[in-house]
Amino acid sequence: MNLLLSFVAGLIFGVGLIVAGMADPSKVLGFLDLAGNWNPSLAFVMAGAILVGFVAFSFAKRRNRSFLGLPIQLPTSGKLDRRLIFGSAVFGIGWGLSGICPGPALVLVGAGISKGWIFAIAMIAGMALFEFWERWGPKFS
Amino acid sequence: MSIDWLDFSPLPAFVGGLLIGSAAACLVLFTGRIAGISGILGGLFRPQSGVIGWRLAFPAGLIAAPAVYRGLAALPEFRIDAGWGVLLTSGLLVGLGTRYGAGCTSGHGVCGLSRLSWRSLIAVITFMLAGFLTVFLVRHLLGGGTP
Repeated sequence: MNLLLSFVAGLIFGVGLIVAGMADPSKVLGFLDLAGNWNPSLAFVMAGAILVGFVAFSFAKRRNRSFLGLPIQLPTSGKLDRRLIFGSAVFGIGWGLSGICPGPALVLVGAGISKGWIFAIAMIAGMALFEFWERWGPKFS
Repeated sequence: MSIDWLDFSPLPAFVGGLLIGSAAACLVLFTGRIAGISGILGGLFRPQSGVIGWRLAFPAGLIAAPAVYRGLAALPEFRIDAGWGVLLTSGLLVGLGTRYGAGCTSGHGVCGLSRLSWRSLIAVITFMLAGFLTVFLVRHLLGGGTP
């Protein structure tokens, strides 16, 4: 049941990305191009998502267990550190180069778009590199 | 700055957003997990972080989405202007950055802002600014038009 609902949630998420236009990298770049011919549509995606999300998370915060009886695991870290800022900045640069972020990358993979595959493989490699660095690389910050 | 009215589509964007929010709601209310895609994928490299199944099932749903969508309507066009070199660089930076900053557009953006998390708000402002600056640099300063 847990697996089925996770799959369904992913499916709805992906269909939402397609409907919203978020899965089209040229549209995302149109949103990020403030100085050009700016397309503000994607702000409406966030508005819609947060509208529902706010209600759901307000409810989830007051519970310990999910409807399936599983523990509700919300992030506990409130640290505003160098890792958060540095990592997010690196992500933003990568996002601005192609217009693709992790969710849409998987949708593009599913759509069978070869450039989507290239991006997704590089992204997974980046995540693996992070794990490698965390375990064996020198620590800073 | 000018507004691209031709491609302005607030209604599908908002409806898509409602679906995305519902998906995040479904995941947290039924399985107790945050719909943060970079965290879900990255967690696959840490088998000790618990059950692996849902970390595969959620991304599988995302990958299956275009096929399901195709059953209902024609898929819209997905245009990727970036070449292979840019895509490889971009993917690598997205993979590294989202793991280092502990979240992406879904985890910090959708879920974090919905939870009213300060940490996520700072992350979202940072990656949006970096995204705006990168596009400005590539399209307008380096004059590449589209990268």
